[in-house]
Amino acid sequence: MAFALETLAKIGFMLLFMLSLLPALIWAERKGAAFIQDRTGPNRASILGIRLAGLVHPIADVLKLVFKEDVTPARAHRVLYSLAPFLVMSVALSTYAVIPFGDYLLVGGRQVPLVVADLSVGILYVLAVASLGTYGIVLGGWASRNKYTFLGAMRSSAQMISYEISMGLALMGVLLIFGSLRLTEIVAGQGALLFGLVPKWGVVVQPLGALLFITAVFAETNRTPFDLPEGDSELVSGYHLEYSSLRFALFFMAEYCNMVVGAALITTMFFGGWQVPWLPRQTLEQHGGALLTASLGLAAVVLAVAALLLMRRARRERGKFGDARDREPGLLGGVCAALALAAAAALLLRPWTIGPQAASVYATFAQVGAFIVKTLFFSWLFIWVRWTLPRFRYDQLMSLGWKIMLPLGLVNLAVTAVVMALS
Amino acid sequence: METTRIPAGTPVPGRPDSFRDVIYVWEVLRGLGITIRHLIRNCLHMKDLPTLQYPDEKRVYGPRFRGRHRLTQREDGSPRCVACMMCSTVCPAGCIHIIAAEHPDRRIEKYPAVYEIDLLRCVYCGLCEEACPCDAIRLDTGVYEIVADRRDKFVVGKEFLLNERERGTL
Repeated sequence: MAFALETLAKIGFMLLFMLSLLPALIWAERKGAAFIQDRTGPNRASILGIRLAGLVHPIADVLKLVFKEDVTPARAHRVLYSLAPFLVMSVALSTYAVIPFGDYLLVGGRQVPLVVADLSVGILYVLAVASLGTYGIVLGGWASRNKYTFLGAMRSSAQMISYEISMGLALMGVLLIFGSLRLTEIVAGQGALLFGLVPKWGVVVQPLGALLFITAVFAETNRTPFDLPEGDSELVSGYHLEYSSLRFALFFMAEYCNMVVGAALITTMFFGGWQVPWLPRQTLEQHGGALLTASLGLAAVVLAVAALLLMRRARRERGKFGDARDREPGLLGGVCAALALAAAAALLLRPWTIGPQAASVYATFAQVGAFIVKTLFFSWLFIWVRWTLPRFRYDQLMSLGWKIMLPLGLVNLAVTAVVMALS
Repeated sequence: METTRIPAGTPVPGRPDSFRDVIYVWEVLRGLGITIRHLIRNCLHMKDLPTLQYPDEKRVYGPRFRGRHRLTQREDGSPRCVACMMCSTVCPAGCIHIIAAEHPDRRIEKYPAVYEIDLLRCVYCGLCEEACPCDAIRLDTGVYEIVADRRDKFVVGKEFLLNERERGTL
């Protein structure tokens, strides 16, 4: 019973994490693209004058999509057409089951491992489910009965097959080094220090593997420079061309879900997962009090600075718009100030005297935080790369996959195997 | 003309790809550096972005900017136009429609009974302004936000053009 409850709570946390990240990522994509291209980006939508630098726009987007007409093309295959977006989305969400987002949480003296399902074949599950995602795209493209969507679907399947091989090969090196398919063990293995200096992360022991894996993940998630299934310059918008309303929203959301999954996988396999670099769990627990005090102090200072800046802006821009938008900087400044005061007030509770139990919980939070920060960084990398690189041509994509990445992956695997056998 | 087919895979003339270009990684990192520089600069200096927050801020145009037309008036408020048809003749878009009538003052001869401009057809070239012998039509209102919800509202008449206070919304 307790196990079922724990699992449900973990699934809930994961779903909440993923789904609440989606609007933030869409915002980051639009605003990041704008700033990279010297534009201002979305800043119009507001709720009672609160715009949050465009963070309100995803709500407006979703409302628009909800109220749009849901069109099915006349000669489409109705069942498969309806099934495809759900397939894409559920596949994107289910990969998350095996990714560990923390070590363990101490609940009532019991250690609850922070992973939904600790499969012994975790990484195989990830690869298997990731390739299932192609089915959604292929079915969607085929069932729409449109040449563009069909071409997009064909490209997607060819691309996925080509890059899955490199992806698997890139992972093999890591599997050889850590000697396990279990993701929790791979992450635990990355906690050690190499020569007592650098953390033994996958990227340190397998730099080429990391590079190949990141490239392959970009191709698997259909993101630029490998977004040929969408190919809006030649295929209009590729496989989801005929979709509208909420079904389109599902495709759109699945793209970002896949991005988060890809980022989480890169983090887990090559960047230490939930490990805080140079601070193993024991250290975190031993110095829990001091570290908690330091983090609270830091939060208070950062929030106070933010509040100060916002207040100054509120004074400088008083009456700039002449409507509800004028209240925004002052209001946000007030919220920041209140949070800063709360953090400062928490310091009065003498956090440096916390017991071992609380220190353990603090360590867990720090580790989950490390995982989230790393995942966010790699999600941002997806966006960053999208607005930097142009799309590959189809033959370039294939020659990169088969003629460069596959041989490199094989060489990497062979060298790793020889080194592992000799040492 | 006969075209020569260039076989696929022929190298493009110009600088040959160096090793750095071929391995992608270095050039990708360089590109990422360029984009992040833009992003950071724009985050820190949001004021310097070239974007104009349009309805809140408006661009100031020069005094010679040709906006929506107006008809100038005599002291008594009647139009200076004498319905000579010069503007409607010279208009390349054919958007000016005038019906002349006899003016009670014999020295003036004619006045426009109807003076209509189709603002959707007008190309704002200013030839009517130059052709007019009486300085009766000018494009100096500076109004460029011309909005209506029906096509026929864009055909504006004499009263509208004579009224200095009329703005863009029809």
